[in-house]
Amino acid sequence: MSYDVIVIGAGPAGMTAAALAAEAGASVLLLDDQPGAGGQIYRNIENAADSRGRYLGQEYMAGRPLLHRLRKSNIDYLTDATVWQVSDEREVGYSHEGSARLLRAPYVLLATGAMERPFPIKGWTLPGVMTAGAAQTLLKSSGLAADGAVFAGSGPLLYLVVHQYLRAGVKVAALVDTTAKANRKHALQHLPAALSRWDLLARGRRWMKDIQRSGTTMISGVMDLQVLGDDAAQGLAFQTGNGEWREIAGTHIFLHQGVVPNVNLSMSIGLDHAWHSRQLCWRPRIDDWGQGSVDGIVIAGDGAGIDGAVAAQASGEMAALDILYRLGKLSIGERDQRAAAPHRVLTRERRIRPFLDAWFRPAGQFRVPNDGSTTVCRCEELTLDDVRAPIGIGIAGPNQLKSYCRAGMGPCQGRFCGLTVQEIIAKETSRAVAKVGYFRLRPPIKPLCLEELANLQIDGSEE
Amino acid sequence: MARQRTADVIVVGGGLHGCSAALNLSMLGLSVNVLEKDHIGRHASGVNAGGVRRLGRDLAEVPLAQASSKYWQDISAFVDDDCGYTESRYLKVARSEEELVGAHCRVSQLRRHGFTHEEVIDRESLRELLPASAPECIGALHVAGDGYAHPFRTTQAFRRRAMKLGARFHEQIPVVSVKRQAGLWQAETPRGTFSAPVIVNAAGAWGGHLAAQLGDPVPLEAHAPMLVITAPLPPFVAAVIGALGGALSLKQFANGTVLIGGGVRGRAFPDRNQTTLEMSGIAEFLGTACGVFPLLKKARIVRAWAGIEGYTPDNLPLIGRGTADGVVHAFGFSAHGFQLAPAVGHIVAELVTGAEPSLPIGPFCITRF
Repeated sequence: MSYDVIVIGAGPAGMTAAALAAEAGASVLLLDDQPGAGGQIYRNIENAADSRGRYLGQEYMAGRPLLHRLRKSNIDYLTDATVWQVSDEREVGYSHEGSARLLRAPYVLLATGAMERPFPIKGWTLPGVMTAGAAQTLLKSSGLAADGAVFAGSGPLLYLVVHQYLRAGVKVAALVDTTAKANRKHALQHLPAALSRWDLLARGRRWMKDIQRSGTTMISGVMDLQVLGDDAAQGLAFQTGNGEWREIAGTHIFLHQGVVPNVNLSMSIGLDHAWHSRQLCWRPRIDDWGQGSVDGIVIAGDGAGIDGAVAAQASGEMAALDILYRLGKLSIGERDQRAAAPHRVLTRERRIRPFLDAWFRPAGQFRVPNDGSTTVCRCEELTLDDVRAPIGIGIAGPNQLKSYCRAGMGPCQGRFCGLTVQEIIAKETSRAVAKVGYFRLRPPIKPLCLEELANLQIDGSEE
Repeated sequence: MARQRTADVIVVGGGLHGCSAALNLSMLGLSVNVLEKDHIGRHASGVNAGGVRRLGRDLAEVPLAQASSKYWQDISAFVDDDCGYTESRYLKVARSEEELVGAHCRVSQLRRHGFTHEEVIDRESLRELLPASAPECIGALHVAGDGYAHPFRTTQAFRRRAMKLGARFHEQIPVVSVKRQAGLWQAETPRGTFSAPVIVNAAGAWGGHLAAQLGDPVPLEAHAPMLVITAPLPPFVAAVIGALGGALSLKQFANGTVLIGGGVRGRAFPDRNQTTLEMSGIAEFLGTACGVFPLLKKARIVRAWAGIEGYTPDNLPLIGRGTADGVVHAFGFSAHGFQLAPAVGHIVAELVTGAEPSLPIGPFCITRF
């Protein structure tokens, strides 16, 4: 088989781009590692009963029309397909039903979305601790929720998941909020622009009010956190604004400190990335249409910068329109005319971001822990002190550290530690994070069965 | 600073060979500036399989490998760091009678030259050493007393030891050009000119370019030998494994992960420090690995990578004095230089000081092509 476009990821950006490209006559292969379309935000939208839709809310049910459009379009769509490599020559390596293939296409669209920011605190690796995003995944995919959980951290998703829990009738023990009060001052200067999405701000306020009214314990201005327990989580200790330490019992602790683009794939291709100091993350360098620094590799959605699901859909449209133009299926006039609407949406959606980014900016102590015995690299079980020690003898870059002490060497390829490790180096060597750089990522970006790779099938199709 | 740019020796290249040369020179009390265009151990030295292997070497390299082996046995005494060195047997497995005959011939050839470290073991001994091996494995070439080390840590240990003895290491400083002036080699860099009466070319895959400037053009090619590593498996192999009939190098570390390679090459782009993996090549050596250890089929691969290495047409290194005065070469190790580094560093120091090399290096002469 040969395709004009291979789309990786069936979230809002990928679903929209795949459907739009196919509607205009492009041949499209959509690869997604989940059993159904939707990405993180619309996970399991195909099978979710309307009752589940009620507590997951309108922001979840917005995925239904996207799904219908995707289902009507003439694309090849593989679920449970794991992409483990994309080369800078647009060769896509993926595994599906027990075999691995390499397939090349003139355009590869990365729509791999966001991931939760690493949130290294004492005890974060104990059984019973997971991310709020993972808790939400369980809720969406199987309606599972933990009664009496403690939610801690900061960011819109944290409040959303608590709100969804409460709407589902599940009791939440506490919401421990680490959002720094000092952030407000910086955020307020961006408030006028943010009013373009006053409805979102209002919705956030409503969530907070609902959570308050539910009688859930809410603690704000928290300065430090520690999960309690020896073999499993037994509770959460937190330091309030006046320096006092308090404790809440709980065997389920759900942590969240915002989301960042999941750049593992775009980094492993070797695309240029730039440090985004407002969102404290790496973003691939792209043009207005999502084209990255390697020709034919295009990025849409939160993988290119955190703008949310509505913007992801719009950027997916724009990326697909430009690909169609470059494939000769649209004139430049048609492309620009059709791009006007999504461009307006993108502009509007992006205006609220400076406010949100400033308000929820994670405090330094939640990005690099204060306590040297805190685990930083989960895969290799390295503490902050373990990572700091080699820096003292001149091993002072992310890749040197990786080679020397294995930080970032494990199966997660730095998803849980990359941002932390680079910031540790920046702190220890008084350099800017952007100058320190990031791990060199290597395929496979997801673990791959050895036998599958040994029996690799290579499709020689080319444009 | 100007004073610091002048030294007895300039070493170009901060890989393991550059660091070993700097260490051996510093031990003699010479002042050394090491110029490295990236960071110490950035390329082949830092990302190779760490094999400390005498098994299967070209006859010409055996004396050097034997001499290096003595250093490795007690590497802490030499560089103040154990370099993650683990002693291990090496086995090259035969899967056909023909391969086994080849193994016997190899051993007799070595014995004729007085080397007794390699031997052939039969099916029963092999089964005892490698219970997880496939029934097709009928014997092996065997060496005891070799091992493997942590390559990046080793390179850093050699650097640190050399620094303690006074060697100066300059990272992120590429040598733009070299010229001989008033009996001194002048190495132009973006940070000024470094000068010394002697220059050592330890620039690995980039050594060919430098050699040409030093008056010794040589047909060196850059390639990118590839490696993969698996997620941890229960212990199943306590030796480093190769195959007589295919490209393979395989070892299991204490943490259970399995490193698999074998010299199959990806593409190297030395000018931009990049490598491209050839998945079909990786598939080839993984197929060989599964042939020897069927249990590997279900292992999970976590990462694959490649380093940039310089290869000569005969896969033997370039070691010796250059045609111009004050030039010593030690590069082009063709993906098997790691083990040789301690002894080659010693030879380089002899060549720099005008001494007769204590081991035969004739076959490595740069003018042989």
